[in-house]
Amino acid sequence: MAVKNVLEAVRDTLFEAMGRDQRVMVLGEDVGRHGGVFNATQGLYEAFGEDRVVDTPLAESSIVGIAIGAAFGGLLPVAEIQFADFIHPAVDQIINEAAKIRYRSNGDFGCPIVIRVPYGGGVHGGLYHSQSVEALFFSTPGLKIVAPTTPADVKGLLLAAIYDPDPVIFLEHKASYRAIKGEYPEGEFVLPIGPADVKRAGTDLTVVSYGMTMHYALQAAEELSREEGIEAEVIDLRTLLPLDRRTIVDSVKKTGKLLVVHEDNLTGGVGAEVAATVADEAFMYLDAPIRRLAALDVPSTPYHPALERAMLPSKAQVKEAILELARY
Amino acid sequence: MPKEIVMPKLGESVVEGVIGRWLKAEGDFVDVDEPLVEVDTDKVNAEVPSPYRGVVHRLLAREGETVAVGQVIAIILEEGEAAPEAGGEQPAAAAQVAGEPRAAAREEALNGAGPARSRSPHAYSPAVRRLAAESGIDPATVVGTGRGGRVSKKDMERAIADAGARAKAAPPAPAPGLLDADEVVPITRMRRTIAERMVQSKRTVPHAWTMVEVDVTRLVEWRESIKEEFRRREGFNLTYLPFVVKAAVEALREYPILNSTWEEDRIVIKRRINIGIAVDVDDGIIVPVIRDADQKSIVGIAREIADLAARARAGTLTPDDVAGGTFTINNTGAFGSILSAPIINYPQAAILSMETITKRPVVVGDAIAIRSMMNLCMSLDHRVLDGAVCGRFLRSVKRRLESYDANTPLY
Repeated sequence: MAVKNVLEAVRDTLFEAMGRDQRVMVLGEDVGRHGGVFNATQGLYEAFGEDRVVDTPLAESSIVGIAIGAAFGGLLPVAEIQFADFIHPAVDQIINEAAKIRYRSNGDFGCPIVIRVPYGGGVHGGLYHSQSVEALFFSTPGLKIVAPTTPADVKGLLLAAIYDPDPVIFLEHKASYRAIKGEYPEGEFVLPIGPADVKRAGTDLTVVSYGMTMHYALQAAEELSREEGIEAEVIDLRTLLPLDRRTIVDSVKKTGKLLVVHEDNLTGGVGAEVAATVADEAFMYLDAPIRRLAALDVPSTPYHPALERAMLPSKAQVKEAILELARY
Repeated sequence: MPKEIVMPKLGESVVEGVIGRWLKAEGDFVDVDEPLVEVDTDKVNAEVPSPYRGVVHRLLAREGETVAVGQVIAIILEEGEAAPEAGGEQPAAAAQVAGEPRAAAREEALNGAGPARSRSPHAYSPAVRRLAAESGIDPATVVGTGRGGRVSKKDMERAIADAGARAKAAPPAPAPGLLDADEVVPITRMRRTIAERMVQSKRTVPHAWTMVEVDVTRLVEWRESIKEEFRRREGFNLTYLPFVVKAAVEALREYPILNSTWEEDRIVIKRRINIGIAVDVDDGIIVPVIRDADQKSIVGIAREIADLAARARAGTLTPDDVAGGTFTINNTGAFGSILSAPIINYPQAAILSMETITKRPVVVGDAIAIRSMMNLCMSLDHRVLDGAVCGRFLRSVKRRLESYDANTPLY
C-alpha cells in the first residue's frame, strides 16, 4: 500500500472519483489552471478539462450556489472554499438552501454537494487563514460535517461525501496536508460517514478529538504509555455531524474519564456537545470531571508566532491534560 | 519567589505534628486548597491544604517525622519559576508567610469542615458510588490512590477484584467463610482507627489490672438532694463522672507517676493533667480531653464534659479537643457494667473505668448494711507502674470519693 500525505490523498481521491464517474466535477477559486492554492486539484484541469474543473469568481456565495444548481442538474459537485475563513459569504447558501432542501421538499430532493474547506491554524496564517469554522455549522441539522486527518480516512470519507445524497462539509486541516502521512488504500475504499474511529485503545481515560489535535493526543498518549504507563484511549471523531455518541459513551463507560480536545474555540464548540452527551448518558460511570482543552476564546488566531502558540492547544498541553486527568 | 509551607498549628495547644503522608511529591503541581500533606496529631489525622498554587519544589520533612509548629516542611515554586539557590532570601519569606497556613487550618477546624472531622474530604465520584452499590464494598475502607488520596474507580475495581480473589481463595465449607445469612459490615474509618489503636496498645503495652470497691452512699445521697436544683440552675445533668474525674485528678497530683508515658529509654511524667473522657458516638468512641483538669472545680469539669460529649456526638470536635490527653477515664457504668478491664489509651500509662453504682449488702463494722457501691477498675502499663503504687492511687481515689458529701465544694 502506498504511503501518501493528506494533500496527496485529497488530490488522488478526486482524480480517482472523476476518472470513474463523469458526474463528479470540481469548482472553486483557482482550482483549474492553477491547481488550487494548496495544489489539491493539481492535474485535474489537464486530465478532465474546463467543463469539469471550473475556475470561479472570487465569490463564495456563488461557488456554493452554483454547486447546488449543478447538483439539481444531476452532477456530483465538489466545491472548494479556498480558506475556511472565507466561507462566511456562503453561509446563506449552505444553511438556508443546501441544508434544508431535503426537509423542505418532504424528502423528494437531496443536495449531493461536497464543500471542501481547508481550515485550521498553526500555519502562521494570521487572522484570515487560520480559523476553525465547524462550530458555525455544527448546530445545523441537514448538514453533515466530516473532518478526517489521515490519508486513508480522507480517501474513504471523501468518496463517501461525494456519493452522499445530502450536503457534506469536508474539513481539511491545512497543517495536516504535508505533515500527516500514512497508508493510502488503493481502489474502491469508502468509509461510512458517522462512525468515529478508536485510533488508540486504552483503559485509563478517553480522549475525544479530531483534526490536528487528534494527532497531538495520539502522540501524547504514546509518550505517556512509555513514560508513565498511562493508557489513554484516543477517539478520532472523523465525522462531527452526525456525532457518534455511542462510541464516545461506550468508551467513557469503560474508562470513567473524558478529555475533549479541539482547535476550535472552547465556548460552544463540538467539545461542549460531547461533554453534555457523556454527562447525560454516562453520568454514573464518571470518575472525574469532564475536561475540555480547546483554543482560547479570542476573535481569531493571532499572527505573532508566540501569540499563535499561546492561543492554540499544543501537544504539550494535551499531554499535560491527559496526565492531570489520569492522576485525578 | 519561593513560598514556604510551615507545619500548621492544628489546635491551640498543639506544638508539633507528625508528617503522616505526603500527598504530593517533589515536582507535582498543587493548586490552592488542594491537600498537600496529612499531619497526625494525637487523635486526629488532618489533611493540610496548600495555601499556594505552584509546583512542589522540596519536601523538607520525612513521613513519620515529628516537626515543630512553624517549621518549614515544604517549598513551593510558582509555575515556571526557577529553583532558588541554596540559602538566599528564604528567612524573609518564612516570616512573611508563616501565619497563613496556620490561620487557614484553624479556620477549617473551627468550621468543622476540614481536618477535624475526616481524613477523606473527597466526595465519591459517580463511578465509585455505582461500584460501591454494585459490590457492597464501602469506599471508605478502600485505600485511595487518586489525587489527594481520592478513592478512584480503579481503586474500587482493585478492591472488588481483591475481595473476589479472597472469596475464591477461602476454602468453601467449614472455614470462617460466610454463610448465607451472614451479614457483611464494611469497616468505617473510625472503626479502623479504633482497631489499629487497640491492637497497638495491646501489642506493645503489658497490661495489668486491678480493682477497688468504693462506698459512694454519701455521694449518692448528696447528689440526689441537689440534682434537680443543679439542673435548673446550670441547664445540664449532674452525673457521677465529674466527681470521679475530680477524685482521680487529685489522686494523680498525689501520685504523678500515673500521669506518665513510657518512651522506650525513659519515662516522661507529664506536668499537666489532661483527662480523656471516652464518649460513645454512632460508630465508635472518641476521647475528647478536659485540659488542666486539676485546675477546675467539679462544676467546671461537669460543664466541660457535657460540652465535649455534645460536640463529640455532633461531630464538631476540633483537633485541639482530642489532643494531649495524659490519663483516661471511661464510664463503663453507663452501660450497666460492674466490672471491666479497659485497654490503655496508648501511650498513656493507665486507664480508669468507673462501674455502675449498685446497692449491695456490705459489712460495716460488725453489721451488714445496704450501701451504694461502685467498682473502680484500672489497667496499667506494667513497664511504668507496679501494683503497689496503683493500689495506693486507687485507695486515694476511693478515700476522696467516699468523703464527698454536702460539705464538699461544688464550685
